[in-house]
Amino acid sequence: MVSKKVNVIEHELVPKHEVLSPEEAIKVLKELGVRPDQLPYLRASDPVAVAIGAKPGDIVRITRKSPTAGKIVVYRFVIAG
Amino acid sequence: MSKAGKPSKKKSKAKAKEEKIKEAKPSVKEIVEKISEPYEVVSKVLSEVKDIPSEFVDEVRKKLINDYIFKNLTEDQLRSEALELKEKAMRVLKVVEPAKDILPEALYYELVNSLFKACQKYEVRDEELIIIRDDAIRTYLSSMVDPGEPVGTVAAQSIGEPGTQMTLRTFHFAGVRELNVTLGLPRLIELVDAKRVPDTPMMEIHLDEEHKYDKSKAVEIARKIEMTVLENVTSSADIDLTEMRLIITLDPEMLEDKGLTRDEIIKALAKGKTLAGRVHPSEDDPNVIYVDLPKNYNDVLKAQKFRDRLLKIKLKGVKGIKKVIPQERTDPETGRKYYVLITDGSNLEAVLKIEGINPSKVRTNSIHEIETILGIEAAREALIREIKNTLNEQGLDVDIRHVMLLADMMTRSGTVKQIGRHGVVGEKPSVLARAAFEVTVKNLFDASIRGEVDNMRGIAENVIIGQIAPIGTALVELKMNPAKIKSVIKEVERGE
Repeated sequence: MVSKKVNVIEHELVPKHEVLSPEEAIKVLKELGVRPDQLPYLRASDPVAVAIGAKPGDIVRITRKSPTAGKIVVYRFVIAG
Repeated sequence: MSKAGKPSKKKSKAKAKEEKIKEAKPSVKEIVEKISEPYEVVSKVLSEVKDIPSEFVDEVRKKLINDYIFKNLTEDQLRSEALELKEKAMRVLKVVEPAKDILPEALYYELVNSLFKACQKYEVRDEELIIIRDDAIRTYLSSMVDPGEPVGTVAAQSIGEPGTQMTLRTFHFAGVRELNVTLGLPRLIELVDAKRVPDTPMMEIHLDEEHKYDKSKAVEIARKIEMTVLENVTSSADIDLTEMRLIITLDPEMLEDKGLTRDEIIKALAKGKTLAGRVHPSEDDPNVIYVDLPKNYNDVLKAQKFRDRLLKIKLKGVKGIKKVIPQERTDPETGRKYYVLITDGSNLEAVLKIEGINPSKVRTNSIHEIETILGIEAAREALIREIKNTLNEQGLDVDIRHVMLLADMMTRSGTVKQIGRHGVVGEKPSVLARAAFEVTVKNLFDASIRGEVDNMRGIAENVIIGQIAPIGTALVELKMNPAKIKSVIKEVERGE
């Protein structure tokens, strides 16, 4: 069998992930009024985190397609593991 | 080769049809011309009238084509109409634009589109548009969840109550006659418990453009994916202790069915270290293979074990996929038929690497596999889909927002956690809430050893001690500032 590189990001189930710059991250946290550890987590070993190169301590912006709101933006805090 | 044969067939069929219709109706060619003509004319007009807001281009095109066919408008008339529509569209956008930051995307587009339609039908003044816009925003804001609303409790009730109406132990045939798929309550429990392997793992594999429309090509890939072990193609496997070897007789019919030859099997078997150099073809019978036993396997029991292991060796295919069924489907938009592979057994990682499939549209019902291969967000999405489908299948209408909240809680920590004492409930910060759920004594003991403190912020713990739970209006606390009150009293006294 020919082995082919699989691009995880292109799968229909995977929403768009992007790593925030430190300035953006601070702005987002201020807007939401939370500490990073109060956000949902994303493990650094998560296939998508690996694909976009997210490191522990980063904040990732996820743009989901939502059946109720059309488009919705959520954030996850990258943790080690 | 098949390419050369097909078009002529199609042509002859089309010709036959053409002739049949010819007497009464215009020919197929004429019809095609007639259909594509308005589209071209309208496209030309649209390219002249530039800057129609992108939200409305499709809508305008549809309307113009309609007018061209049924009202027989000339090109000039179409142009003036396009200009008029453009002006209306700009007007709607200008008024509604401020709502873009407040309303969610889906609602915003719904509002813009329905206002545009209304503008075409009736004379709507700008002031009226503003009133409608503000009304929409007000309705949206007032239907948002209030601070302090116990959404979790509401979600639990909303999923729990319909759950009681589900039939226990239902095995259904989910569209595929050949496969048995767990549905109903057992499936829901499986999802909520975050079971590693589902009862009936299943995949739906979409093929790429090349293999999608042709049955023989789809079957070819199905064969490549379906796992074949030696046992599937043998009719008998005997032990010959005098010669210290196994005599394996292959079933020629099965070989043909699986697309294998004896040489290929020998090659596949000899790949393993233990069997290298031990597999020989028989010279008298084209369907027999001899496999030498290792030297110390000289009693029957050991030889039998060796044989059983040998029969389980994978010859080809993807590990874990027991059966592949090509299924015919129709594209709802184009009406074209295409093939999808349904599998019994699931192995997302290996299937994604197969050539000829569409890797972005491979589905599995194993949430755990999705989590490890595609990540936590994909697992959340899959959880929502699966739970919603299981509920819909039973005719239960649960709002998707409840399911979303459930999936959010399960995936919060970066891994899929079950609802229950090893997952979401087990991580509640309150001792009393955990003790009220399951294994009461153990929870209380452990908490006392660790010296845990209960902050009494949840519902369960407050119900236990008979205190009002901080939800809804009870979330609000009042604090009194005596100095301020004194000054107010003085003011009042002075004023009166």
